[in-house]
Amino acid sequence: MTVRGGVVVVVQVGIAVGCAPLLIGLLRTVRARLEGRAGPPVVQPWRDLRKLWAKERIVPEHTSWIFAFAPVVLVSSALVVAAIMPLVSTASPFDHVGDLFAIVSLFLVGTVFLALAGLDPGTAFGGMGASREMTVAALAEPTLLLAVFAIAGRAQSSNLGAIVTATLHAPRSVVSAQSLLALVALVIAALAECARLPVDNPSTHLELTMIHEAMVLEYAGPDLGLVELAAGMRLLLFGTLIVNLFMPWGIATRTALPAIAIGAIALVAKLAVLGVALAVFEVFTAKIRLFRVPELLAVSFVVAFLAVTAAAFLG
Amino acid sequence: MALGVSAGAALVGSAAGFVLPRRSRVVVASLTTTLVGVAAAVAALAVLGTGDPVVVRWRDVIPLAGVTIDLDPFGAWFVLVAGVVVVAVSVYAIGYCDRALAGRSVQGMFPLFAVTLVLVPAAGSVSTFLLLWELMAMTSLVLVAAEHRDREAVRSAAVWYGVMTQAGFVLVLFALCLAAASAGSESFAAIRAGAHGFSATRASIVFVLAIVGFGTKAGVVPFHVWLPRAHPEAPSHVSALMSSAMVSLGVYGVVLVGVDLLGGGPRWWGLVVLVLGGVSALFGILHALVARDLKVLLAYSTTENVGLIFVGVGTAMLLTAVHESALAGVALAAALLFVLNHAVFKGLLFLAAGSILRATGTRDLDRLGGLVRRLPVTAALFMVGGVAIMALPPFNGFVSEWALFQVLVRAGSHASPVLGLAMPVAVAVVALTAGLSAAVFVKAIGTGALALPRSSAAEHAVESPAPMLVGMGFLGAGCLALGLFPAMLSSGLTRAVGAAGDRAHALRPGVVELHLAGIHSVVSPVGIAVGLLVGAVVVVGAARAFGAARVRRRAENWGCGRVLQTARMEYTATSFAEPLQRVFDDVLHPVHDVDVTHAAESRWYVDTIRVQTRVVDGVDQRVYQPVVGCVRAWGERARWVQNGSVHRYLGYGFVALLVVLVIAR
Repeated sequence: MTVRGGVVVVVQVGIAVGCAPLLIGLLRTVRARLEGRAGPPVVQPWRDLRKLWAKERIVPEHTSWIFAFAPVVLVSSALVVAAIMPLVSTASPFDHVGDLFAIVSLFLVGTVFLALAGLDPGTAFGGMGASREMTVAALAEPTLLLAVFAIAGRAQSSNLGAIVTATLHAPRSVVSAQSLLALVALVIAALAECARLPVDNPSTHLELTMIHEAMVLEYAGPDLGLVELAAGMRLLLFGTLIVNLFMPWGIATRTALPAIAIGAIALVAKLAVLGVALAVFEVFTAKIRLFRVPELLAVSFVVAFLAVTAAAFLG
Repeated sequence: MALGVSAGAALVGSAAGFVLPRRSRVVVASLTTTLVGVAAAVAALAVLGTGDPVVVRWRDVIPLAGVTIDLDPFGAWFVLVAGVVVVAVSVYAIGYCDRALAGRSVQGMFPLFAVTLVLVPAAGSVSTFLLLWELMAMTSLVLVAAEHRDREAVRSAAVWYGVMTQAGFVLVLFALCLAAASAGSESFAAIRAGAHGFSATRASIVFVLAIVGFGTKAGVVPFHVWLPRAHPEAPSHVSALMSSAMVSLGVYGVVLVGVDLLGGGPRWWGLVVLVLGGVSALFGILHALVARDLKVLLAYSTTENVGLIFVGVGTAMLLTAVHESALAGVALAAALLFVLNHAVFKGLLFLAAGSILRATGTRDLDRLGGLVRRLPVTAALFMVGGVAIMALPPFNGFVSEWALFQVLVRAGSHASPVLGLAMPVAVAVVALTAGLSAAVFVKAIGTGALALPRSSAAEHAVESPAPMLVGMGFLGAGCLALGLFPAMLSSGLTRAVGAAGDRAHALRPGVVELHLAGIHSVVSPVGIAVGLLVGAVVVVGAARAFGAARVRRRAENWGCGRVLQTARMEYTATSFAEPLQRVFDDVLHPVHDVDVTHAAESRWYVDTIRVQTRVVDGVDQRVYQPVVGCVRAWGERARWVQNGSVHRYLGYGFVALLVVLVIAR
């Protein structure tokens, strides 16, 4: 691994960690403005993290090592994804470490450990959240994998570097039927995986409707900070995945420093646009009932399946 | 040579199991069985390492046919699978076989069962194969019925297992005898050489008989009904062997007949295997999802995993039929890798289930919980197996699922319309199965090992003795090693695939990255593992560096205003699976019984409400129960024949004599 390769990894992980709370902050601010509230400043999630970091580390009685271990695994898996995935440059030295399938699996590692941690304290809320989270994950996972199939067919490889490079060389492949169908499926699955509206409402704390928040209810202090940071990173990484798979322009194809800088600026700009779009979407969307969520995910599954068959039959 | 050691050790162990006094019996029988496994694994590794088959013929052992051993790399792969599991299970058995399981029949049969598992893939002729196959069925039947005196369910399970396995044997017998008769010789080499001369119809008959017969052993839907009955009732070390090694031999049989002996066939063969696999995968995982009994859950999960392996095998056969033999080789390699990984993690999970059963006396997930504190090692190893079977990096399940997925994606871009349609469906099935299996094993781990104990049995569980932990630890280490360094198997796997007919350079060598021939995607399991480790160190280090509190203070759970928390308030396995059960309502058809008792004073006041939900196996209920009912009805009807009257019996004898005389003339 060259020094410049190392720079790419450091920049990618730095953006993933540094901008994740800002993305959440941007979403909240834009939402608040559209709803006619003043809203918190964009850096508020960072301040929250700093506050949580300084707090006492309280864990519920009767929990095991899994409970303490889960936030670490959660953040760690997100860090690995940030290092593997081409965020600012397709020439990431770790591109060969994992492909899209591995990235989907790494996200699942975090989900599984957090669900186990939700069950660990033995409270009804934790179990409820874990059960619902796994229900959603079990149904979103197939959509993600099928979308991966459809996209991998485009570049004959499921390694992201190859896919993004292929898209840069043949930009018109993005507007094909298979690609657009895969985009729709991927967006729905990503909303479910990131616990956003209409699947889950991240700003609710009403027990009967929440999924993700119920699962992490017992976390406090620095552990809660890690869970929140990982949730932000997951949103940022899924956003980047969608952006770079379908609109990769601006991303560096080498590891030269100016190219990396341009890639970083392009990524931040694209994520900001995506964040505002998501906030606007959330203002006009209501959370759907829990037992309607599978129907939504079934739709995304069918769309992803159509994308794959379109890939097979339309070329 | 090593196979001879294996067979000899088994005979010694079996004799020791029957003869020795109770105290030394278990240790001697188990340790000789360990030797059986070690010797078999050594023999298999030698064949896989060099590629030279081991051929032995003893003409005089059995009259007329003799015994032919012909261990090629393809068979050696399965010998290795069985050998590894036998080693772990036999060490585990030293600690596990107490009281009821230390009896003569169990200890005497266990080494024999182990040796048949490692010898079946080494058989080189039809008669030797069938002999070993039947011996395997018989010894395992005795072991399944080990606890028949204690529980009624064991007897019923043994009958089901016996009937299914014998029915399967009859079909395998017909298939192989038909092939041998057509080829004019009963050695596999001769059948292989003569297979191209078979008529298409005859080859197809052989194949269909074989797939039903071997499919019964492999536990694919609709021949799976014995698994959820026999696996839970058999002693756990036996169910571990059955579910990992014996089920793999069903896969071996299908590949042996379909690919190796007959050399592939028309497209519909591959499609049949593919459909059987896909249906099994979905059916198995959905029933595992709603299972409350830990070992029933694992049994259905075996059906699911075998289904995924069948998807790989079916893809390989389909690719052979469209003359993509290089890619077919990779598909077969993915399936064989899956067989090995499945044997390791499923063996581990069954052993851990046995450890939990021994410690708590229950397999009911709704009565377990909190075991991570009472059984720290068992629970940790159970989690390793669970994470491996969920196909999460850095464990071995991830590698085989990745390889299978890559093959399906690559085959889907083939020009043939059959593949273009079949592969997306297969990927959809594999993907849905992967998602659901995550939910299944979060349920198993989360409600079995974590949370508060739901019964006093779980509260007072005691950790298992050292041999059991060593046996499980061996397989746990295997899950990690095979997950980190799958490419170290590449040369052996390539030889195994080559020997089965599809000559292809399946896995490219290399230790750090995993390449499949003809597929551009790469993944480095070691890289992911190192990344996860570095990430964890960074997170913990950052917490220290930025002054986060290190001391944890225990405090009460947040309770939304309630004053008391008991284990009755927890989510159980049933409630955990309820949302997904509701989603798949139309497939699972759960039966709800709601029983309302009214207060004596007024029927407008409810006294108690009792709700019972069951999910019954649809195949079992709609296909097998009518057959069982029909047989029983005919049996009842035939009872008038035997009414105890001596006159009538004399009459039967007289009529029979007349009939014989008439025919004889």
